[in-house]
Amino acid sequence: MAEASNRVLGGPAGVISVLVPLGLFAWLLQFVPAVAAGEVLLWRLDWAPSLGVTLGILLDGLSLSFALLITGIGALVTLYSTRYLGGHPHYTRFVIYLLGFMGGMLGLVLSDNLLALFVFWEITTITSYLLIGFDADQAKARRNALQALLVTGIGGLAFLAGIVLIGTAAGTFEISEIEGSLTGHALYLPIFLLVVAGAFTKSAQVPFHFWLPNAMAAPTPVSAYLHSATMVKGGVYLLARMNPSLGGSEIWFWTLILFGGVTAVFASVLAIRQTDIKQVLAYTTLMALGTLVMFIGLGTAAAIEAAMTFLLVHSFYKAALFLMIGVVDHGTGTRDATILRGLARAMPLTALAAALAALSMAGLPPLFGFIGKEFMYKAALDAPVAVWWVTGCAFAASALMFAAGGIVAWRPFTGKLAATPVTPHEGPWPMLAGPLLLAALGVAAGLMPDHAELLVAPATAAVLGAPAEVDLYLFKEVNAAFILSLLTFALGFVIYLVHAPMRARLAQVPARFDPGWDRLMDGVSDGSKGLTGLIQTGRLRRYVFVTFATLAAVLAWAIWRGGVLPDLPPLEDLRAKHWSVLIFILVGALLTAATNSRMTAVAALGTVGIGVALIFIMFGAPDVAITQLLVEVLQVVLVAVAMLKLPRMKIENVSRLRGWDMALALSLGALTSLVLLAVMQAPLDLRLTAFFEATSAPIAHGRNIVNVILVDFRALDTFGEIAVVAIAALGAYALLRGTRRARP
Amino acid sequence: MKSSLIVRAATRVLVGLLLVFSFYMLIRGHNEPGGGFIGGLIGATGFILYAIAHGCRAAREALRIEPQTIAVVGLGLALLAGVSAFLDRDALFAGQWLFIGATEGDKGLPLSTVLVFDIGVYLVVLGSVLTIVLGLEEEV
Repeated sequence: MAEASNRVLGGPAGVISVLVPLGLFAWLLQFVPAVAAGEVLLWRLDWAPSLGVTLGILLDGLSLSFALLITGIGALVTLYSTRYLGGHPHYTRFVIYLLGFMGGMLGLVLSDNLLALFVFWEITTITSYLLIGFDADQAKARRNALQALLVTGIGGLAFLAGIVLIGTAAGTFEISEIEGSLTGHALYLPIFLLVVAGAFTKSAQVPFHFWLPNAMAAPTPVSAYLHSATMVKGGVYLLARMNPSLGGSEIWFWTLILFGGVTAVFASVLAIRQTDIKQVLAYTTLMALGTLVMFIGLGTAAAIEAAMTFLLVHSFYKAALFLMIGVVDHGTGTRDATILRGLARAMPLTALAAALAALSMAGLPPLFGFIGKEFMYKAALDAPVAVWWVTGCAFAASALMFAAGGIVAWRPFTGKLAATPVTPHEGPWPMLAGPLLLAALGVAAGLMPDHAELLVAPATAAVLGAPAEVDLYLFKEVNAAFILSLLTFALGFVIYLVHAPMRARLAQVPARFDPGWDRLMDGVSDGSKGLTGLIQTGRLRRYVFVTFATLAAVLAWAIWRGGVLPDLPPLEDLRAKHWSVLIFILVGALLTAATNSRMTAVAALGTVGIGVALIFIMFGAPDVAITQLLVEVLQVVLVAVAMLKLPRMKIENVSRLRGWDMALALSLGALTSLVLLAVMQAPLDLRLTAFFEATSAPIAHGRNIVNVILVDFRALDTFGEIAVVAIAALGAYALLRGTRRARP
Repeated sequence: MKSSLIVRAATRVLVGLLLVFSFYMLIRGHNEPGGGFIGGLIGATGFILYAIAHGCRAAREALRIEPQTIAVVGLGLALLAGVSAFLDRDALFAGQWLFIGATEGDKGLPLSTVLVFDIGVYLVVLGSVLTIVLGLEEEV
């Protein structure tokens, strides 16, 4: 019995994966009444106080809607996965990735602190990379995962820069504390560009759209999750969240409606082009994201209301359809739209879920999708400017959606049953529960829009940054929006009828962005190879030369920038013992440079170090002197041992290189001396010294300040340093052992 | 390569002295010049001398524990000393002190996590230097 239930839910990992989101969902539900009543809940916890990072949880209409979608759909998706991937050898790993992703996404929408939000933002980027590349044995999955990681990751870095600028402009990183709009601020333009770069890459707006359909390499439940509720809507969430502080400007308006509109229509056309029904859905996600961006850009109360309604609409039907496709894929062994026919009899429940979800996607009454579309049309027709653009884009995209709905949910289930790789059979209940429930939600929300208002109204208010009147209804009167809907159905039906020839025509248009990406990556790869060949020659001599030449250049630049040369030091203060040490060092250095024997060079270099140690002793730093002396001795031993391994060089080669080495050595020495002289002339700040002198004995119970600083005041630094030492030693150990093994 | 008899004979005495000296440097470090870093270097010098006189294998046998293990143990010990501050709800790496037999005029025998930390540093330096030197010597 226990074993049976284990198998059903994929073992302990599966049970946990379902219970965690379900529990969170139930816990979040209790806040719905308060939030619907207009309350904004806020908790604060110091995370990294010295950096000003708090773990603030901001629960308003927007974040609650997202959080409910993330946990609710998350629970259905994990339930689904228990069967879809239950027997998979890496199922536990999958669950960990998915829960990590879910946690990142929840943190993203709930964070009040922009820096914390960014951390969660990147967690979703990384976990989605792991999820998309879950079938790591396939080169395609790896490539597509990397593509998603790079595109969204680079956008994320831009977003981080934007966050820093927002912090500068607003004086706070807490979203709830940003007062008023930042549109008038001098930094507004860079902030806007950086934040939009983050949002557009994450939400796959043109021209960054290409990664999202490729993310289909992920297992189907992941696609359902990524596309319906979560990651790709991260960008939309960000734009919605920042609307009160960044929205309302001309550039915000035009950028969002232009890119959003283009993305919506372009993606819908590409959706018709696909033969893989999962790919069709992937492109329709782009359409939804474009539409959302466009309406957020429009920014009127009606537009935001429409966007928030459509957000729910889309999450319901998209998750249902993706999960349904997984069932079809499992049940028939194919996802090819040109093959699948007449599955309704063999898979009645799947067909039912598909039909309901697709009707919502097509925007037919009395489903929730119809309400979403009606409100979008109304908002578009009432737009203050760009009425034709917004209405046109929404209309074209909706008509194409109607056709896409037919392709994924009508054609595969009707007509005569076609031969498929696997004899069609219905899926098990954990895989059917999600699609059916979500499809039913689309119907329920359509028939009882008052309940959907509970989420839509506070979300709209949160995005507007002001209270909003929201009244959702299925049908009131015949108006322009309704007529437009009827036209949409007509056009959509026509497109559906001609979609096969249209697909053939579209297939001839070559794809540009994805191959372009490959060319870009090839270019980067070739460039790095060339650069590596140039710099990493494998010659130690070259590395050392380049390193020190760079140091010399930087020093020279810094001195030149400073513009002032330091005065000569007062030479009359030097006494005989100082001169003798100086001569000792100089002779050692000259001998090192002049000798042809490596052993002599090493020994001579050691005398230089000992001379420096003598200077330390003279000026009262015994600790440093002892360390210097010991390190010097060890270094001579080490280098002498290592020297035996160096290849012999011809004398003529050595003398040719020596000229360069001498020039570099002399210039570096001169520059270092200049810098040191400049340092000596700067007024010495003794505050820290005074502090350590006064406190080391009473607080740290030690009289040797150097040691007290090392082991007490700055013990963390010391710990870091010894960690470096230990790791370097382990590295050397591995390296030496490796060479020994490689030798015959 | 066989080293000279004088070196080998002298080493027997010197190595012991160096090790005692390194320990002395470690312990007195908090009040006088010395400490874990210097002590570790001196200790390593002792073993390197031994390796030069008697060969690396003999040095490894005298050491008993693999040098890289010593380094890692030292790192762990240092971390432990730092984390132990949490027991007293102090910040990371805040020194914890215990004065055994303290009286009015005398603070008694001071024991501290700071000393543990310094011993950790000593072991890391000793282990790391020996890992590299012995590895290189065997390589040649």
